[in-house]
Amino acid sequence: MAQSRREFIKIGSAGVAVAAAGTGLATQWWGLDPDVVHDPGTDGDRVVPTFCELCFWKCGLLAHVKNGRVTKIQGNPDHPLSNGHLCPRGTGGMGLLYDPDRLKKPLLRRNGKRGDQTFEEVSWETALDFTAEKLLKIQKESGPEKVALFSHGFGGSFFKHLLFAYGSANVTAPSYGQCRGPREVGFQLTYGAPVGSPEVLDIANARVITLLGSHLGENMHNTQVQDFAAAISRGATVIAVDPRFSTAAGKARYWLPIKPGTDLALLLAWMHVIIDEGLYDREYVETYTTGFTELKAHVADKTPEWAFTETTIRPELIVETARVIAGARPASLVHPGRHTTWYGDDTQRSRAVAILNALVGSWGRRGGFFIPSSMPVPKTPVPAYAQKPKTSQDHPDGVMYPFADEVLSHGVCDATIPGKLGAAPIKGWIVYGTNLLQALPQRENVLEAIQKLDLLVAIDVLPAEIVGWADVVLPECTYLERWDDIAPTPWREPFLAVRQPVVPPLYESKPGWWIAKQLANRMNLGEYFPWDDAGTMVEARLTAGGYDVAEIKAKGVLRGKPVPVTTEDGLALTFATPSKKIELYSRQMEAAGLPPLPPYTRHPEPGPGQFRLLFGRTPVHTFGRTTNNRFLSEVTKDNEVWLNAKIAKERGLADGERVVLVNQDGARSTPARLKATQRIRPDCVFVVHGYGHTSPGLKFAKGRGLDDTTLVTKIAVDPVAGSTGMSVNFVTVERAAAAASGA
Amino acid sequence: MSVPKKRYAMTVDTRLCVGCKACVLSCKAENDVPDGFCRDWVVEDVRGEFPLLAAEIRSERCNHCTDAPCVKSCPTGASHVNEGGVVLVSHNKCSGCKACIAACPYDARFVHPKGYVDKCTFCLHRVQKGLKPGCVTVCPTGTLAFGDIHDPDSEVSKNLRTRRWKVNHPESGAQPNLYFLL
Repeated sequence: MAQSRREFIKIGSAGVAVAAAGTGLATQWWGLDPDVVHDPGTDGDRVVPTFCELCFWKCGLLAHVKNGRVTKIQGNPDHPLSNGHLCPRGTGGMGLLYDPDRLKKPLLRRNGKRGDQTFEEVSWETALDFTAEKLLKIQKESGPEKVALFSHGFGGSFFKHLLFAYGSANVTAPSYGQCRGPREVGFQLTYGAPVGSPEVLDIANARVITLLGSHLGENMHNTQVQDFAAAISRGATVIAVDPRFSTAAGKARYWLPIKPGTDLALLLAWMHVIIDEGLYDREYVETYTTGFTELKAHVADKTPEWAFTETTIRPELIVETARVIAGARPASLVHPGRHTTWYGDDTQRSRAVAILNALVGSWGRRGGFFIPSSMPVPKTPVPAYAQKPKTSQDHPDGVMYPFADEVLSHGVCDATIPGKLGAAPIKGWIVYGTNLLQALPQRENVLEAIQKLDLLVAIDVLPAEIVGWADVVLPECTYLERWDDIAPTPWREPFLAVRQPVVPPLYESKPGWWIAKQLANRMNLGEYFPWDDAGTMVEARLTAGGYDVAEIKAKGVLRGKPVPVTTEDGLALTFATPSKKIELYSRQMEAAGLPPLPPYTRHPEPGPGQFRLLFGRTPVHTFGRTTNNRFLSEVTKDNEVWLNAKIAKERGLADGERVVLVNQDGARSTPARLKATQRIRPDCVFVVHGYGHTSPGLKFAKGRGLDDTTLVTKIAVDPVAGSTGMSVNFVTVERAAAAASGA
Repeated sequence: MSVPKKRYAMTVDTRLCVGCKACVLSCKAENDVPDGFCRDWVVEDVRGEFPLLAAEIRSERCNHCTDAPCVKSCPTGASHVNEGGVVLVSHNKCSGCKACIAACPYDARFVHPKGYVDKCTFCLHRVQKGLKPGCVTVCPTGTLAFGDIHDPDSEVSKNLRTRRWKVNHPESGAQPNLYFLL
């Protein structure tokens, strides 16, 4: 067939050529116009360096502005996190800046119930007066600690500062208790330092990279993916442990399609093999660690054969991969992951990852974890904060999680519902840039808390679901329209970056710093914001630090002199743990009545006909924050339900048809397309998080795809970090009813 | 000794590509590609059955064929070979007849809402300024390389000398210039 198609074209074109020659006119006429190389004209008349906020990695950008409009955004070659390259999201800032659904004016809920979305457009004066008045009332009547700030994103720094000045330490982010919290706690307990963000991983120089549920390439943190590709290019071996054949699994020499919930068994078995066969870094372990004897005894019976029964990974494959992991030490990196709130024993699993890394001596080593450095910038001199110490009411059930070093967002919800935790409830929420209705599990609990509040302030760029529940909505301008504070990101080389406005704010939106300062002025806290605007504050701080302001504004970044970040560079390792060593055996946990070595816990499994609900990322979106971005959505418009193809066939479900997920508590999702695929185990389903918006203001995203948060009605609270394991919900897959699918 | 003419080509390292589509979006911004269209795209080729699977991810676009069927089929001369063998469409000469779209073995062309046929230009407007194409510049994984395959020192020449590679639809005889490194 293909041949005849080509044949047809050949005849066709010859025919036209003859016709053209025949008239003599056409050829001459066409020939008059020379062939020019068309320039699409997207180069800016100005190029402004700044840094990105489409996710939280803070990559350096060069924004092209032509006739006052941002035409394109490129990576800043001088910035160590972008190195001139961007992830897909970074290219799409225009889609946020020019989103027609942006919040344009301050909104006030005058009548109607919270959540009715009966807003009235008001002046900034009115909105700020209202907010400050309410905050002062709570401060006076209930105490300042009865106000909490939920914050996600770099601009939140001004509101944290405001809240501390106001007198509350209840600053929280779902990015802790619902994401990286257990990892940070696990590493803090083991090494005396968190992994941080950006993660302090020398992926580029690793010879073996082991990923547990961490899907690099779909989880598109720019520098990490750059380094991952660089490592692969240099021949690094990838071991991908994932129930799903992820993009990273596609790059792996070993894909271990593990049964979800059993990763700790695999980690313990790997340790067993590495210790049993004497493959660990004896010198490193002797020099830097404590508790090896106890660890050895702990894993003595954690044989590969034992782990096989838990994980479904064949024993010989466990042995082989253990040897590969140890064989490349110390340039063998067991990736600590980022979103680690899975099953409720997540700190213990993160501890196991930390311990395994210690056995292969990768902490503080080239190709492992580096010890970051950053450039100091003097703070703006302000009075000391008057905040009270945070109370235990931020923790569910009034139980202290001794190792949770940040306030837990779901705990704040509980502490807002009268009687739930005993203490007097929290009265006011300020929500900055985080859509709590997609970020927090157990939505009914969140909504109950919201209805009990005296005040809910939403500061956002887009009308995410949470905005609809606010009393007052303060429209912030995008990262491309504002100054923010200086970013002294700890990294393998010290650098400073500034975010500076590329274009002026659209509509009546205002920068976060301005909103925070205006509120401070109205609450007699003006002395905490002793500057006219964030631009002059940034300049003053840089000048005080002895930095070249003109250079950093011109380049967007200032790079410092690299210092040793691994022992190979000459760094001497120190550990901020009580023993000053890497604590394989944790006396801190023992003292707190917690297992000092990671125990294996068998988790409930899905019943007949049920699948474990797993969720993750697409490279094009930062969960629900970007799914209304029409530019990014040009390539990824909605999510799909990944279901094993064989299972789908058995159930008569066809690839592409619309299905609904129903969880163990009867919670139903909206319909989404089924992806019947070989790329997933038969006992779980996978969806990309951040779809299925219901906010009427998100005109593009509303109704696209499926919202997994609806199905996370059950959580498993981590007894160490207090974080919420969320991969503990089981769903059935139903064909969407004809009516529901709109067919 | 005669200096060989430039022959621009691109290599796509399938080992490195994660299919993130930064190339697609960066191209759309650079070239002001209208909504609903793209000049490059990503193919995820997954083979096998659970759990024995293999994946190949390819960032694809116009192959700027040396013996380009689109150029041969174009009745108006709009589709033509420009500097370095780059196949371009002169907007003002294109009648939108779609003969080239039918002729292209790679489905790389579309009709721009303004009426002319559009496709990847290897960002020749950037290349002429000494820059790399937009997709190559943005790519966070270093999957894409662009250059002159007649220059033995170019990255693409080195890639083709040192790596195994393939092209899509070699049977078309069009002599494509988009090489996939394996």
